[in-house]
Amino acid sequence: MKGILKIAFKLLVNDKGKFAALLMGITFAVFLMVMMTSIFSGVLRSASSVVINIGAKIWVMDPAVTTVANSIPMPDFVQHAVRSINGVKFAVPLYSGSATLRLANGAYQSVSILGLDDTSLLGRPELLEGNITDIFAENGFLVIKDSEINKLNNPHIGTTFELNEHRGVIVGIAKVAANGLFGMPTLYTTYNRAIQYIPSARFTTSYVLVEPKSVELVQHIKDEVKKMGYVAVTNEEFRENISTYYKYKTGLGTNILIMTLISFIVGLSISGQTFYTFILENLDKFGALKAIGAKSRELIIMIVFQAGFTALTGYGLGVGLCTLMIGLAKMRLPNYASVVTFGNLGIAFMMVLIIAIFSSLIGVRKVLKIEPFDVFRG
Amino acid sequence: MAKTAISAHQLVKWFGEGDARTNAVKAASFEANFGEIFYLVGPSGSGKTTLLSMISGILKPDSGSVTIDSTAIWTLSKDELADFRLNRIGFVFQDYHLFPRLTTVENVAIPLILKQRDWDEAIQEALRYLEIVGLKDRAQLPPFKLSGGEQQRVAIARAIVSQPDILIFDEPTASLDGDTGKKIMSFIKDEILNENRCVLVVTHDSRIFEYADKIMKMEDGAVTTIENKSEVK
Ligand SMILES: Nc1ncnc2c1ncn2[C@@H]1O[C@H](COP(=O)(O)OP(=O)(O)OP(=O)(O)O)[C@@H](O)[C@H]1O
Ligand SMILES: [Mg+2]
Repeated sequence: MKGILKIAFKLLVNDKGKFAALLMGITFAVFLMVMMTSIFSGVLRSASSVVINIGAKIWVMDPAVTTVANSIPMPDFVQHAVRSINGVKFAVPLYSGSATLRLANGAYQSVSILGLDDTSLLGRPELLEGNITDIFAENGFLVIKDSEINKLNNPHIGTTFELNEHRGVIVGIAKVAANGLFGMPTLYTTYNRAIQYIPSARFTTSYVLVEPKSVELVQHIKDEVKKMGYVAVTNEEFRENISTYYKYKTGLGTNILIMTLISFIVGLSISGQTFYTFILENLDKFGALKAIGAKSRELIIMIVFQAGFTALTGYGLGVGLCTLMIGLAKMRLPNYASVVTFGNLGIAFMMVLIIAIFSSLIGVRKVLKIEPFDVFRG
Repeated sequence: MAKTAISAHQLVKWFGEGDARTNAVKAASFEANFGEIFYLVGPSGSGKTTLLSMISGILKPDSGSVTIDSTAIWTLSKDELADFRLNRIGFVFQDYHLFPRLTTVENVAIPLILKQRDWDEAIQEALRYLEIVGLKDRAQLPPFKLSGGEQQRVAIARAIVSQPDILIFDEPTASLDGDTGKKIMSFIKDEILNENRCVLVVTHDSRIFEYADKIMKMEDGAVTTIENKSEVK
C-alpha cells in the first residue's frame, strides 16, 4: 500500500507544471474564501464591540433595537422595574451614543460615548494610565487607546475638549477587547454626566444591564421583562442578533456568501480541470497498470490520494497566505477588522474537501472505464 | 516431453453491434509449451491482439477457454485474475507505456510494488533486472531520455522483474530498426527464455521469424497454420 502511494505521489509531484497549477487553483480559492469570511467575521465582531467590551450578562432594551449602535432610549422606570424582578441581583443603566467634540485646536470630531452606571461602573475598561475613580472627577472622561485615538490629537491625561458647551477633560487612558466598526474614537464617562452633557429627548437609558442571581433565573427575568413590553437578551444572544442583522438584513452577508461561492467555483473548476487533464495524460499508464495486475481498488486509492494530497497542501498554503496577509494588514492598520475563526477555516476545509472529492470522482470514473485491452491495441 | 504452458480452446470474440458486428476471433485453438518462443503472425486486423488479450486475461472471450499451467483463467474472479496476471504473466506493450514521470528503475519496480514489496527492496531488485538488460547506468533517468531500443529493454525488464512464467510481447520490434529488433529477440532467446517460461510474440516482422520455435498464422480471425520450427532444426 505504501508503495503505490509513493508512486502516486511521484506521478503527481514530478509533473511540476500541473502540480503547480493545481496548487495555485486551490490555494487561491482557499485564500479568497478564508479572507472573505474572515473580513466578515471581523466586521461582525466590531459591530458587537460594545456588547463584548461592556460584558454584562443580560441586556434589556427596546424590542426594535437591531444593532448595539442604534439604541432606542427607554424611560427611567424600566431600570427600577427590572431591579425589582425576582432573581435580579442588580440592574444598572448604560448610556450609549455619539457626540461631536470640539478639540483644543478648534477642530470637530465625532466620538462614541459610553456612560457607565455611577455607583457600580459596570463594564469599565482596563486602565492603562490614570485611576478609574478619576472618572468621577469634574468633567472626567476616559479615552480608549485604539487605532482611532489619534483623531483626538494625541490626547493625554489633562487634555481638554468641549462637548455641547461643556468642558471635558481626559482623566485616564484605557483599553478594551474589541474595536468598534465606525472609525470613531471612544470615550467613557459616568451615566449621569453622559445624559447631562448630551441632550436627548425625554428618555435617556440606552440599555439596562442586569446581573442575574443565577443562570436558572435568566428565563424568568426574560419573561418578566417581556411583560413590561421590552426584551431581555443574554450577551451571546445579543451578539447573535447583531450578526443575524448584518448577515441577512444588510446585504453584506449575501455579498460575502456570493463571493465565497464564486471563489469556490473558480477553485473547483481550475483544480477539477487540471486534475482531469492530469488523469487523461496518464490514462494509458493506468491502463497498463491494470493489465499488469493492479486492482481497481488500488487505482482508486492512488487517485484519491493524489487529489487529497493536492487539496490539503493547497488548503495549508491558502490558510497560511491568508494569515500572513491579515497579519501584514494588521501591522499597518491596527483596527483592521478581520478575524480567522475556526468556523471560517471549517467552511473553507469543507469546500476543499468537495473539490478533492469532485476531482477524485471524475478521475476515478475515467480510470475505471479504461480497458487494458485498449491499451494493448495502442 | 515439454509441459503445456498455454492451452486455448475454441476462443470466440465478437465486437460491435448490428451491421458493424465483427467476428474478430473465430474458434481459435492452440497450445504453447514452456521453453518455447511462440509467434502469432497474420495481416493487420486478423485478430492477433484480440487473441493475445484473451489468453493473457485482459479481454473476456465470448466463448471458449484458456488454461495456463492448469489454471482455467476465465473461471477466476476479477481480483483473482488481476493477481494471476501480476504473478504469472509479464507484458511488453507495443508502445511500452512507461511512466515518463518516474525514473527508469522505478518503472521497472512497479510490478514488485504492486505485489506489496518494500520500496527499497523493490528498487534494488529492479536495478538487478536493469543490469540484466544492460541499462543499469540509465536507472535514474526518465524513460523518455532513452532510445527506442533502450525503452524496449526497460519494458522487458519490467515484464520479467516479477519472474512470470508467461511473457507476452505485442509487436516488440515494430518501432525498432532491423538490427535492434534482432538484438532484442536474440537477447530474449538467450537470456529470458528458459524451460520454465513461455514467450508469446505477436509480430508482423518477418526479419525476426528465425527466433521462433512455433509460428501460428491467423487470417480473418481464424488460425490457419501452426508451424513447428524447432522440430525442423
Ligand atoms: N474494441 C473493438 N471494437 C470493435 N472492433 C474491434 C475492437 N477491437 C478490435 N476490433 C476489430 O477486431 C478485428 C481484430 O482486431 P485486432 O486488433 O485483434 O487485429 P490485429 O491482428 O492485432 O491487427 P494489427 O496487426 O493491426 O494490430 C479488427 O477487425 C478490429 O477492427
Ligand atoms: Mg494488434
